[in-house]
Amino acid sequence: MARSTSRPLSPHLTIWKWGPAMAVSIMHRVTGNGLATAGALGLIWWLMAAATGPEAYATFVKCATSPIGYLVMIGLSWFFFQHLFSGLRHFVLDMGAGYELKNNKMWSIATFILSLLTTGFVWLTIFGKAL
Amino acid sequence: MGTGTGIGRVRGLGSAKHGAHHWLAQRYTAVGNLLLTLWLLFSLLSLPGLDYESVVSWISNPLVAVPLMLMVVSIFMHLRIGMQVMLEDYVHDKGLAFFSMLVLNFYAFGGAAAGIFAIAKIAFIGVVKP
Repeated sequence: MARSTSRPLSPHLTIWKWGPAMAVSIMHRVTGNGLATAGALGLIWWLMAAATGPEAYATFVKCATSPIGYLVMIGLSWFFFQHLFSGLRHFVLDMGAGYELKNNKMWSIATFILSLLTTGFVWLTIFGKAL
Repeated sequence: MGTGTGIGRVRGLGSAKHGAHHWLAQRYTAVGNLLLTLWLLFSLLSLPGLDYESVVSWISNPLVAVPLMLMVVSIFMHLRIGMQVMLEDYVHDKGLAFFSMLVLNFYAFGGAAAGIFAIAKIAFIGVVKP
């Protein structure tokens, strides 16, 4: 976009003091777009591999259970839960609730704690079953 | 503001009475995603195994194939709107903006079609013997 360099820019990310509400908003977009690309492609790959046959499925499983595969899956599962909890926060905000400074801050932080806890719980369940 | 001029409506600049459409569709599909992805997660965690035969025989059940298809539709509708908002914010060049919407729509419809096709094939054919 063309802009006059003689005019000042409005304050931007570099100047605002970071706060939980800002972090949760940015993370909602980051996790959403991460899931929309890597997550959705992974889902389609899994379905297509299952539809193609045992060999294609074996290739998928081999990639998914490689060290990088686990890293991607754990990362995506954390993205999923972060997007889920900040999405639920969105529903509350859409209703016009939760804008009080203290509440807003508390629920912003809660989305991060809940997403980390659920991600940890899911992977403990998976690795626990494998043992 | 009024309802905009005719050409403004054509270019999507004036009121076309669809102002809240994307906003609402994003919420509807968010609820769909919430219910269906959690169902998928719990189902996968409670399957005896995630090997080829367990997964395919699970998906071939109509009560699984249909919600799974609905999940694919809900996910791709949701990501189409979400990524559109992101691209509208960051892609300022008119030509690039048009091109990115083109790619996004190809991706969203292509991905959804691929997912639905895969689920349908599994549902109709079932386990393929090597």
